[in-house]
Amino acid sequence: MQVNDNRTLFEINNLEKSFGDIHVLNGISTEIKAGEVLVIIGPSGSGKSTFLRCLNLLEEPTGGEIYFEGNKINDSKCNVNQLRQKMGMVFQQFNLFPHMTVKKNITIGPVKLLGMSQEEADKKAMELLERVGLPDKADAYPSQLSGGQKQRIAIARSLAMNPDVMLFDEPTSALDPEMVGEVLELMKELAKSGMTMAVVTHEMGFAKEVGTRIVFIDEGNIQEEGTPEEFFGNPKHPRLKDFLAKVLV
Amino acid sequence: MSIRDKFIQNFIEEDRYMYLVEGLGTTFTITIFAALIGIVLGFLVAIIRSTADKTGKLKILDVICRVYLTIIRGTPAMIQLLIMFYVVFVLSNNKVFVAVMTFGINSGAYVAEIVRSGIMSVDNGQMEAGRSLGFNYPQTMWYIIMPQAFKNVLPALVNEFIVLLKETSICGYIGLMDLTRGGDIIRSRTYEAFFPLIAVAIIYLVIVMLLTAFVNRLERRLRASER
Repeated sequence: MQVNDNRTLFEINNLEKSFGDIHVLNGISTEIKAGEVLVIIGPSGSGKSTFLRCLNLLEEPTGGEIYFEGNKINDSKCNVNQLRQKMGMVFQQFNLFPHMTVKKNITIGPVKLLGMSQEEADKKAMELLERVGLPDKADAYPSQLSGGQKQRIAIARSLAMNPDVMLFDEPTSALDPEMVGEVLELMKELAKSGMTMAVVTHEMGFAKEVGTRIVFIDEGNIQEEGTPEEFFGNPKHPRLKDFLAKVLV
Repeated sequence: MSIRDKFIQNFIEEDRYMYLVEGLGTTFTITIFAALIGIVLGFLVAIIRSTADKTGKLKILDVICRVYLTIIRGTPAMIQLLIMFYVVFVLSNNKVFVAVMTFGINSGAYVAEIVRSGIMSVDNGQMEAGRSLGFNYPQTMWYIIMPQAFKNVLPALVNEFIVLLKETSICGYIGLMDLTRGGDIIRSRTYEAFFPLIAVAIIYLVIVMLLTAFVNRLERRLRASER
């Protein structure tokens, strides 16, 4: 993947989402370019996870438009399943398939959806396991892994589908503190390789170091966005100042 | 008469043990085919019901399933058997067929609720993970949700088939000679209740114990992935 082709992957116009009477997203507009690492921060309940989940339609938007690689995706004509194959998703709770070995977790997508042969998929899985540093866990079951290892396998599983973009929904929030580092390190490496990423996180260090652009979401809208330098160096919005004062102790 | 003589009189004379052997064959036939119908019907109903719960689709099928569950679980199997024999299949002479249909449809309702609870017990994140990889709903159900659900409910499912096996003992009421009726026929010939009825009870017990031992082994093997 090219780092600097500046192709717009996502274009989001006036995105709205409500659950019944509760408005979670109130007209978010932004775009995500290829190679970008967009970090989304905000207080809990601000709608940042909902925003991310709208991008691969795990939540169906109730208003506005999302374009992915030029096609409107929140449209009944759009093939959601094909679309999702191009978007990796990493969850807070890992969501590995407990009844399959690590290798099977990684290969089931490519084999069943991309028509890859099992041998080819196994080979690719082993490459990915090398990359995430867990080649010896190929035949283990998820319950035999630590949280950090599970999340690295979850990332490998997503990567096996050769996605154009990776979505991370608080990937380190369910981890013990000493395991956060190994996951962030892998994500950093991924970002360096040019992968387009959208990351919802509370890890400000990661945002500063790896993010190319940071958005602050509160009350269902983007309140402020900018490069890490602008964002952390000179926050303008009072809510953001308040938020940063609380999280950057 | 000594115990030995009574034993000979009840089982050996006139080959009376054959009532039990033939009866056991009928009991097995009915149980096995009813279990197959029950599994197919139960999984179907469970999938329809949980899909309706999760996605809001299949509304009409869901209503039909609910009516089915309410009626079958709200009436005695005995009455269902009599209605099937004297009303629904009144033109059929095949009593085994009637019994298989009755117990299959009956068992399906219980299997459905067991399997549905199994599907519901699988974390929602599993569905989301499957869908986010690009699997559609049926594929996610098949590859990811159902194997976990099945494993979760396997013991309950075998218990249901143990209940089914014992429940078939009422099929004497439509004139079928199953294991229970076989024992009862011996009793009516020898005017001796103890031996034939205890023998029948022991045969049921042994089968149930074998099934239980089987499921325990299966459970241990399936749990390999949960260590």
